[in-house]
Amino acid sequence: MSQPSSDASDASMDLSANLYRSPREQLVKYGLGLCAVLTILTTLGIVGILLYESIGFFSQVSVIDFLTGTDWEFAGADPSFGVLPLVSGTLLITGIAAAVAMPIGLASAIYISEYASPGARRWLKPALEVLAGVPTVVYGFFALTFVSGVIIQGFDSTLPPLNALSAGLVVGIMIIPMVASVSEDAIQAVPKSLAAGAYALGATKFEVVLRVIVPAALSGIIASFILALSRAIGETMIVAIAAGATATLTANPLESIQTMTGFIVQVAKGDIDQGTVSYQSLFAVGLLLYLITLGMNLAANWIIRRYRENY
Amino acid sequence: MASVDPSNVGPSSTQTDTAPSTNSTAEDARQEDTTTAATGHDGNAASESKAETKIAVSNLNFWYGDDTHALQDITMNVKANRVTALIGPSGCGKSTLIRCFNRMNELIPNTTLEGSVHVNGQNIYQADPVAVRRHIGMVFQKPNPFPKTIYKNVIWGARINGYTGNEDALVERCLRQAALWDEVKDNLHGSAYNLSGGQQQRLCIARALAVEPDILLMDEPTSALDPVATGKFEDTISELRSEYTIVVVTHSMQQASRVSDETVFLYMGRLIEMGATEQVFTRPQQERTEAYVTGRFG
Repeated sequence: MSQPSSDASDASMDLSANLYRSPREQLVKYGLGLCAVLTILTTLGIVGILLYESIGFFSQVSVIDFLTGTDWEFAGADPSFGVLPLVSGTLLITGIAAAVAMPIGLASAIYISEYASPGARRWLKPALEVLAGVPTVVYGFFALTFVSGVIIQGFDSTLPPLNALSAGLVVGIMIIPMVASVSEDAIQAVPKSLAAGAYALGATKFEVVLRVIVPAALSGIIASFILALSRAIGETMIVAIAAGATATLTANPLESIQTMTGFIVQVAKGDIDQGTVSYQSLFAVGLLLYLITLGMNLAANWIIRRYRENY
Repeated sequence: MASVDPSNVGPSSTQTDTAPSTNSTAEDARQEDTTTAATGHDGNAASESKAETKIAVSNLNFWYGDDTHALQDITMNVKANRVTALIGPSGCGKSTLIRCFNRMNELIPNTTLEGSVHVNGQNIYQADPVAVRRHIGMVFQKPNPFPKTIYKNVIWGARINGYTGNEDALVERCLRQAALWDEVKDNLHGSAYNLSGGQQQRLCIARALAVEPDILLMDEPTSALDPVATGKFEDTISELRSEYTIVVVTHSMQQASRVSDETVFLYMGRLIEMGATEQVFTRPQQERTEAYVTGRFG
């Protein structure tokens, strides 16, 4: 462009709006906006229904009794709605899953990012993704027939075929890829210069990993744990197939138990009349589950944000 | 660890440069892979000074991948208790060379090294790389303190190397040597990330000193610092020279002339000239050196 002259109008330059393109731009903008709003409305709708039915439930059962009761008997003449057996079932499954997934997932992440040769990395990462792609119903079937049927009952055939241990172990296997991939991202995000600084001080590889890289990636690693655990808490198909349907307040992993999700599946499949307290208990348990996983996801997000500010 | 322990230096490996030619012959005899000793520049360097040789590099070749021949036949000596500057235009191999002095080059995959580097008479490429790095500290281009407190940064290397003495005293001594003590003594348990870039870089020196190395390698240590911080950092280097052998890579010729006793000029992976700094800058023997130090290229 040459110097702007006092005569600004240039006959070769058409500055009027394009009649065809301008409306299209508007249409795209509102169309995309509508889709975004739809997802929010759906979420709000779900939470609204959960709240509405739960309010009906809590008008007949006190919140205190619900949260502290140790007896869950949702059907029958004299129902009892103490949610603790379901919560303990969920925690038992989650605890077993965490004991499997956290060490194995973190160890895989460290191996892939720090130790594996480029060749090994090339097939390990897709292998983990395959593990993440297995349908949960297949995992559930595997838990019931192999882990419980072959391994656990192989030790002692009197043990119940439906038990917390087999379901928990397999939920743990299911969430390993999640721990591994989020932890690996966190480890990769640690600046290479930190490792170089540590090596230059005469540190061995293991010292560098254990005392520089993992601490620097710690909040990301913790976030991966929380995300995976909230997935384990919400996992339904495996526990519905393999954990049992007996709401029991127990810490014994070899007993048949029921989780919150397992209960919801059982009721949703059953023929309980709408509007009854038993029907509404479904929503109360659903709301509690939602609040627990929401809380954990918020915690994970908060930790990830904090960790990004670190360096 | 004992493999490069400075206390192991025996009379056979202590090379005094009183007779440069004899020195070269002894070097040849001991390193069987060495065919020729240094040519002209070796004589130059030796004639300028009577210092003991700390690092002896012979016929060093280095490749990135298969075809980037980054260092070509480098033969040179670094003298004890001197500051040696490696200068040259970008990509000349000076950073690669300094990394070969503590085997940091091996952290880069797909590289090949030929030739030898002797420190205190011992071939560091026939030793344990971890032990080598315990005796040769390094400060990097960008300050890289650990995301920990100032105190933990200083003590980190000493702890992993099994230091059992008085940690508080060690931290204080190293921070004083790095001229950082007065600025941080009231905040030793604050995050190292709250320090300025110049302070962080001096913290990295303190961290390296805590391992009690006898050589300090610095790879463009002031390239991320402002002029005031650079000046302060250079003062620190000058104070450390009596106790340590220092090799500093710099792209600043002014810095080389300010802080160094010896200067090595590299160009396109080759050692063009080395000698006393004053001589290299005022009476360079090679045309390319003169062109570079007078600012005609680079």
